[in-house]
Amino acid sequence: MNIALKVWRQKNSQTPGKMVDYKLSDVSPDMSFLEMFDVLNEELSHKGEEPVAFDHDCREGICGMCSMYINGRPHGPETGTTTCQLHMRSFNDGDTIVVEPWRARAFPVIKDLVVDREAFDRIIQAGGYVSVNTGSAPDANDILIPREIADEAMDAAQCIGCGACVAACKNASAMLFTAAKVSQLAVLPQGHAEHQLRAERMVAQMDAEGFGACSFTGACSVECPKSISLDHIARLNREYLGAKLASNNV
Amino acid sequence: MSWVTTTLSSSLGRKVVMSLTGLFLCSFLIVHLVGNLQLFKGDEGQSFNEYSYFMTHNPVIKTISYLLYSSIIVHALMALALTRHNQASRPIKYAYEKPEANSHWTSRNMGILGTIILIFIIIHMRTFWYTMHFGPVVLNGETITAGSIPEVTYDGEPIKNLYAVTTFAFSYLWYVALYVLSMVALSFHLVHGFQSGFQTLGLRHKKYSPLIEFVGTYGFGVVIPALFAAMPVFIYLKVHHILF
Repeated sequence: MNIALKVWRQKNSQTPGKMVDYKLSDVSPDMSFLEMFDVLNEELSHKGEEPVAFDHDCREGICGMCSMYINGRPHGPETGTTTCQLHMRSFNDGDTIVVEPWRARAFPVIKDLVVDREAFDRIIQAGGYVSVNTGSAPDANDILIPREIADEAMDAAQCIGCGACVAACKNASAMLFTAAKVSQLAVLPQGHAEHQLRAERMVAQMDAEGFGACSFTGACSVECPKSISLDHIARLNREYLGAKLASNNV
Repeated sequence: MSWVTTTLSSSLGRKVVMSLTGLFLCSFLIVHLVGNLQLFKGDEGQSFNEYSYFMTHNPVIKTISYLLYSSIIVHALMALALTRHNQASRPIKYAYEKPEANSHWTSRNMGILGTIILIFIIIHMRTFWYTMHFGPVVLNGETITAGSIPEVTYDGEPIKNLYAVTTFAFSYLWYVALYVLSMVALSFHLVHGFQSGFQTLGLRHKKYSPLIEFVGTYGFGVVIPALFAAMPVFIYLKVHHILF
């Protein structure tokens, strides 16, 4: 395969960036998208040019590090896939592929395609945990949780925090991420104890980070590599409103 | 009361204001539609005029109407504030976007659709509400009554003949076209807006969400705008003796 690339290059957060054109020949359709970038970077290194900086870690679709906005969509054209699990066979010979970093005020570009996603960490730090000492792992069937509830919590817990929801949203809203993190704990007995305070604190942090509001376009859920449902956003709305109306935090 | 201001200034709280005002406006649309269906009656506007008289003189309706005006203003101002906040959340835009791959056009353009509807409401209220309350009737630079609205007498009681104002306004083709196009914008706005209002309130459930989606899409998205649009078209055809 021969492909043309338009890649966002930016030296650092202080310098303005621009799109740069590259051409790659003999690209294998079985390569992952990141492997294709490895080949590009190899070529750039041989030519004495600066390789393209991009985030990656496990390359198995579970760590949430890779973050490329490919041809107008986070993680590229396939659904339920991270960039590392996207393969070149999803493109055609001769294609021009545009690659940009996530764009959000809360996710400033560090270099090239690498953005700072610490805003997500701070949302978690605001309440995405169970603060009581739960001891070691309980014995099986010690805490009875119906199967559907466990599934619901697991659906939300699949979130790998990659930020595709923010990247896809026209408002750069972090609602799906925050909703998943609130939901996974709120439905389980261990997390339910602090559910009100958690919703209030995590939403306050989400707003403080400068993310936009939810317009319910559904883009986040479609682009989410784990296909996390909009049901969780409804739950977050419920949790937050309920907490604001009924919690003891004046 | 700081928790109230904190809630209302949060992104979720602002959306709740959008949702509550929006859903209230949706309920108003039903009342407005049912009342105005009397325009289709072949009684030369008697029931429509009597209905208009009732709506402008009943103290309960008058009180609700102030709630209605404030809802429109709050809904529009809050939308403006949210839009500015949302745009600021992405200061550098993407060079290449493909939003149609993951969302509907209507859901991404509620602001534009809402602006069209707001402009329509201003024109609509200038033509009917302002004329009703402050007359005289001036439309298209032409004064049709000198000082006040024409009156009509039913059972010895003179009341304002709003039916005459309505038929006059809808005798102009461009004015009818404006209404029909505005109802198209309303349709797209409500297809997304009605369902979205429930989502914002957290009211999403396997049992009820399909019903909300159905009512939003076909009731508020098709039936209501279509019946509203049919009124100016019907009157235009009637006034010009085209079909009736």
